[in-house]
Amino acid sequence: MADLKTKFLGISSPNPFWLASAPPTDKAYNVNRAFAAGWGGVVWKTLGEDPPIVNVSGPRYSTLLSNDRRVIGFNNIELITDRPLQTNLDEMRQVKKDWPDRAVVASVMLPMNEESWAKYLPMIEDTGVDGFELNFGCPHGMSERGMGAAVGQVPEYIQMATEWAKKASSIPVIVKLTPNVASVVPPAKAALDGGADAVSLINTINSIMRVDYDSLTMYPTTDGMGTHGGYCGEAVKPIALNMVAEIARNKETRGLPISGIGGISDWRDAVDFLALGASNVQVCTAAMVYGFRIIDDLTDGLSSFLDDKQLTLEQLVGKAVPSVTDWQYLNLNYVEKAVINQDLCIQCGRCHVVCEDTSHQAITHTVNGVRRFEVIDSECVGCNLCVSVCPVDSCITMTQLTGGVDPRTGRAISKERLQWTAHPNNPMRKTD
Amino acid sequence: MAGNAEIRAGRLSKAEIDDNFADLHPPLTRSEALIEADRCYFCYDAPCTTACPTGIDIPAFIQKIRSDNLRGSARTILSENIMGGMCARVCPTEVLCEEACVRNTHEEKPVEIGLLQRYATDPVFEHSDQLFQRAVATGKKVAVVGGGPAGLSCAHRLAVLGHNVTIFNRDSKLGGLNEYGIAAYKAIDDFAQTEVDYILSIGGIEVRNNLMLGVNFGLEDLRQEYDAVFLGVGLALSNNLGVEGEDLDGVVNAIEYIAKLRQAADKSTLPVGRKIVVIGGGMTAIDVAVQSKRLGAEEVHMVYRRGPEQMSASVFEQALAQTSGVTLHHWASPARILGDDFVTGVEFDVDRSDGGVRLDADVVFKAIGQRMDGNGLASLASESGRFIVDEHQKTSSDKVWAGGDCVVGGNDLTVSAVQHGKIAAISIDRTLRNR
Repeated sequence: MADLKTKFLGISSPNPFWLASAPPTDKAYNVNRAFAAGWGGVVWKTLGEDPPIVNVSGPRYSTLLSNDRRVIGFNNIELITDRPLQTNLDEMRQVKKDWPDRAVVASVMLPMNEESWAKYLPMIEDTGVDGFELNFGCPHGMSERGMGAAVGQVPEYIQMATEWAKKASSIPVIVKLTPNVASVVPPAKAALDGGADAVSLINTINSIMRVDYDSLTMYPTTDGMGTHGGYCGEAVKPIALNMVAEIARNKETRGLPISGIGGISDWRDAVDFLALGASNVQVCTAAMVYGFRIIDDLTDGLSSFLDDKQLTLEQLVGKAVPSVTDWQYLNLNYVEKAVINQDLCIQCGRCHVVCEDTSHQAITHTVNGVRRFEVIDSECVGCNLCVSVCPVDSCITMTQLTGGVDPRTGRAISKERLQWTAHPNNPMRKTD
Repeated sequence: MAGNAEIRAGRLSKAEIDDNFADLHPPLTRSEALIEADRCYFCYDAPCTTACPTGIDIPAFIQKIRSDNLRGSARTILSENIMGGMCARVCPTEVLCEEACVRNTHEEKPVEIGLLQRYATDPVFEHSDQLFQRAVATGKKVAVVGGGPAGLSCAHRLAVLGHNVTIFNRDSKLGGLNEYGIAAYKAIDDFAQTEVDYILSIGGIEVRNNLMLGVNFGLEDLRQEYDAVFLGVGLALSNNLGVEGEDLDGVVNAIEYIAKLRQAADKSTLPVGRKIVVIGGGMTAIDVAVQSKRLGAEEVHMVYRRGPEQMSASVFEQALAQTSGVTLHHWASPARILGDDFVTGVEFDVDRSDGGVRLDADVVFKAIGQRMDGNGLASLASESGRFIVDEHQKTSSDKVWAGGDCVVGGNDLTVSAVQHGKIAAISIDRTLRNR
């Protein structure tokens, strides 16, 4: 079994799976259970100034569900810890003592004045925690008070607060980024410029889940009124992956260590984040949906995968980053066509109707009077829609045309790369 | 069946019988329905819809279940098949929609279309939710002869289209085989009458019960008095075995016993034999065999002259008989029925070298098919005792349409009868509007 031991910013953990700063890491009781289950580390639920904030005593969570009530997306309006600071500090100190091989990182959220950072960070560091995570991400509640995402949306604030944090501490500082921005690169760059040792992303996305179809109010509400929350869970993974890859490949931020967060539910999700540039990952929603025992599949699955691929964890990190580029650099001479395996086809006709209604009319419905779904190469643009909707795994595949003529365009397949930057139709093309 | 001490009521307690006649397929809960609905692939030009004799847009109604739009789902079903409630209970789905389901190819387990159809339609009947509205009255009058599925389907569609309908029904209740023939555990809680009430609630349908064609009225009277006539008279007479001993006490037409069973307020009061032989291989044979067993008969033998593949009862029905404790015998024809006053047994010719087989019996049920009571209908062209109709269910006679089991191609299924009635109504409507 591949070794999953990780050193992230010099912080050791037996595996790259940390629980994200959130309800599962609110107190020693939960964290002890998590460590007993096998989690590599925790980012303790965000600490703030005393007196502690107050949470609503009504619905804090709601979900986007499939028909069999599988959780697809998850929304929350819980704020940072609502327990006295000293209680948290005492518990953190004890937990770190009891679990010396696990990572314990303190998430913090403080007002935008240097005195607060200078006052609280040394107190927290004294507990023996391995690092800080600066919460510049929470999009609800705290952002109304000028903290959380309100900081994370302004690169200058990120840099300023990161500098204060670095000045007031001697352990690694991770800056947690909000996805509620036009581009995640400037905030990441600001963290880097402020001296951050790493970034973690994504925090949750502004969201309202739905309305109540009886009362026609938003859902859920606290005494008839509701507020937007932060969206997470499987549904946000693609958004998070893009942001991780953007930081990993952008020349201004490349090389900045990343802790990947966003919808990680099984080991394959972790592979996605790691291959796109994260050095470790944080999990919350999946644990809140199934409990801490999911760690078993996460570690076991990742380890087996590394064995199969004959890779170390370090080798996997960033492996897929070179494959991510801008649209303008894609090869416009490359041609694929869909191919339907008639032995696997169950005749549902979904590929036909979606191609017919919404795409390129490139799949038959009837051949010689018999129900049969075949790709019409002279119409197929290779869009992958049929592959995406087919209910049968591997029934429809995309196959590259390597020679001859594309029956759709009538043009010979060229082995030369042709990017938009050099395409004859591009008035701004660069010529050699 | 009087006089033979072996034929008596109370072989089982009332509680046991109630249990034996509970819903064969209990309805789905909301959770079950949502999960099952999620299995539907929403096929294009769906094979299940093609396989449904009434052409219900099955993916569309299942999609509406998924979104909790049950009223819309029921409308999708009932607008093609007004007896979608009964068909959800009695259709041999395993040889119709569910056999065509592409999930069979994928995983050998079709979507439970019948149960989903019941889930979608049950609330409509429970709350008498009227989903249809009558068109502007046409002033035309149509006579429907027969109050079974074909007649009721025709009557409902005609009423929706704005015509006034009179149903002439030979029984004291409407419903035909739904009321008098279907096995009791397939249509519990008087569902047949609930459905009849729903159909009539559209308005514009007058019902005249206890009237026999050829006895109380004639076809010519109807042709004179009405703008069109629909015949859904079914197959009212039972076929005979034509063997020695057929008139012994204890030899009974299966459909008559089933009708009695369906009408019994308390099934534990029904006399049932100890050893029963059922002759036939269709749904009626299965129904009488299984119900006899569930009433407490000790031994039930079902004997068919050909093999299991030739049985018109579906594989599911045959399995139901076997799991209910009925012994199936194939390739055996009755040679004679034994007994002096009462039946004591049946002797069979068997296609085997060791000769005939004898089964003891105190009741013998004949379930070898029915034929039409053609009284008063000789003027219509027919073939093998059934009316010849065109693709619009039109008979050879001016102003007369027909459907259900009494026409060539009738196949003993409620769903087919409903489709015949619907097609006839649409054709009658076009004719009356000169379109």
